Amino acid sequence: MTVTDVARESVSAALEVDRVESHLNPPASYDLADHPVPSGREEIWRFTPLKRLRGILDGAASEAHLTWETTVPEGVTLREVTGEEVVAMGELAPNDRPSALAAANAGRAMLLDVPAEAVVTEPVVLHLHGESVEDLVWGRLLVRVGANADVTVVVNHTGSARYAAITTVLVGDGARVNVLTMQDWDDDAVHLGRDAIRVGRDASVKHTSISFGGDLVRMHANVEYAGPGGAAELLGLYFADEGQHLEHRLFADHMAPKTKSHVLYKGALQGAGAHTVWIGNVLIRKVAEGIETYEENRNLVLTDGCQADSVPNLEIETGEIAGAGHASATARFDDEQLFYLRSRGVSEKEAQRLVVHGFFNDLIRKVGIPSVEERLLKTVEAELAKNVLNAGSDGPAEEAP
Amino acid sequence: MSTLEIKDLQVSVHTEDGPKEILKGVTLTVRSGETHAIMGPNGSGKSTLAYSIAGHPKYTVTGGSVTLDGVDLLAMTVDERARAGLFLAMQYPVEVPGVSVSNFLRTAKTALDGESPKLRTWVKDVNTALANLNLDPTFGTRSVNEGFSGGEKKRHEIAQLELLNPQVAILDETDSGLDIDALKIVSEGVNRFRAQEGKGVLLITHYTRILRYIMPDQVHVFVDGKVAESGGPELADQLEANGYEKYVAGAAV
Ligand SMILES: Nc1ncnc2c1ncn2[C@@H]1O[C@H](COP(=O)(O)OP(=O)(O)O)[C@@H](O)[C@H]1O
Ligand SMILES: [Mg+2]
Repeated sequence: MTVTDVARESVSAALEVDRVESHLNPPASYDLADHPVPSGREEIWRFTPLKRLRGILDGAASEAHLTWETTVPEGVTLREVTGEEVVAMGELAPNDRPSALAAANAGRAMLLDVPAEAVVTEPVVLHLHGESVEDLVWGRLLVRVGANADVTVVVNHTGSARYAAITTVLVGDGARVNVLTMQDWDDDAVHLGRDAIRVGRDASVKHTSISFGGDLVRMHANVEYAGPGGAAELLGLYFADEGQHLEHRLFADHMAPKTKSHVLYKGALQGAGAHTVWIGNVLIRKVAEGIETYEENRNLVLTDGCQADSVPNLEIETGEIAGAGHASATARFDDEQLFYLRSRGVSEKEAQRLVVHGFFNDLIRKVGIPSVEERLLKTVEAELAKNVLNAGSDGPAEEAP
Repeated sequence: MSTLEIKDLQVSVHTEDGPKEILKGVTLTVRSGETHAIMGPNGSGKSTLAYSIAGHPKYTVTGGSVTLDGVDLLAMTVDERARAGLFLAMQYPVEVPGVSVSNFLRTAKTALDGESPKLRTWVKDVNTALANLNLDPTFGTRSVNEGFSGGEKKRHEIAQLELLNPQVAILDETDSGLDIDALKIVSEGVNRFRAQEGKGVLLITHYTRILRYIMPDQVHVFVDGKVAESGGPELADQLEANGYEKYVAGAAV
């Protein structure tokens, strides 16, 4: 079976599913008229500070690009194709205005092709770099993974831009895919990203979204299933500093029986005006019997003046499910934990450092890309240095005896 | 040398109805090399005493003093007290998710000594301390207290006691919830600790059982936030025979 066949089969499978409209997620469409300019009161926009999008939603045409520095191991190809081609290949249609604009304005798309049965041991790395926030950039990427292939794809964003991108990952039957997107932007960047994944029969996918940088980052991670037996693990890690808005919107659309979704997002917030948003939508359609889903979001608030919004939503249309649950918690440092550590001689800041590393550790270990895991430990340390470990800052004051 | 001196200690907790006095003037001196048992019914304030000495933020000291070798402990932060030589084995050790036991132990040792321990001897010391408490070598990779059984938590506390080797140890109901084998293992650990020169132990317990394995120099009966009676080890035998009734009745009057 060729990869194109896989994609085509996926499309036809989708058409067989009853169209149930989730009231949490507007229908996907390329038509801009279906995605009007938001006022800010819409359910999907109410948490996002629209002014700070700096005009992206106006959808002006732009020739600006990010520079791509890529590591493409043997057996994988990366090439430019037209918008019509990616649509024909089964691109998952835009589900909000920025992704619709990206599809309309990008002018071309990048296609990453991983043939069926290919086992790619080295990660594919796409390092996207922007020069300036003055640049308005539209991005479009299709990742096509053939049946039973095994691949890891890392997309790393640095520098600055106003960037809106639509990304689709089509995972062939029985394939194993690990995709990671890292938002490591400079302070002023604005990034609206939509990643949508279609999981083939008995395939397994891990998608990790990591957001540290940028003034405003809003990322969708959507997953749907082309057949029974697919499993998706959606991970996220974010660290919001003073004034940053980091938003992660998840949607697991269980449209096939015996599929799994497992979501774990963890974030830390520090500094005045640090704002994080996590929306975890799960839809279990009538046909999706015997599925399992669990979603969890945990936030650790390190200083005063931060806000963490966390909204899990579970829509269930069938009674025949194997398991469904969610958990959401936002907490400050736990006095008992700090006391325990400090009673062993560990200073308050060192105790806080241990707790924050501990908070992220289980998640970091799940990422499954050693080079990224190592880097994440360092990044968490660097974030801590800005505040928690930085004596004399507006971080938590040394507690009086 | 290490003398823990508690004088007329008064402590209250913050409640919805305002401050509530729990310790009503505790006076007690544990001299270098001595083991004192504090025995009392549930709710008498034993843990409050232990936590207050260690500096738990929940408790407010409203009067009295606590010194270690003449140095004012109450003026110190929690970690300063530990670095001054105090250790508290907690009744309910706290889970710290994602922080491995070995990382925790190394961080604590480094904080106490002011320098990181020599890698080779340290690994050996940790393995020995864990093995002494009958804890599996893989224990070091587990998150601190997370998913530990009650017995594992207590044995982990005593493994820390041996590794961190303070001057004075307060053991808050380390014996409760242990089966007889675990009780013996834990007692042996405490006895190894106090066999060293000049170590002080304040052993808080509800039951006399552990005193068969750890012989105290003095026993204090603790009722309603203060010491009701002090004596030698024979006082524990009296308690074993008669319980706390006589003291509780007295307190209620
Ligand atoms: N936060 C609190 N609010 C009200 N009462 C408390 C609080 N914490 C402890 N107490 C009370 O203080 C008393 C002593 O508790 P504790 O020191 O734990 O006793 P023990 O360790 O001897 O069982 C108990 O009556 C308990 O209910
Ligand atoms: Mg107690």
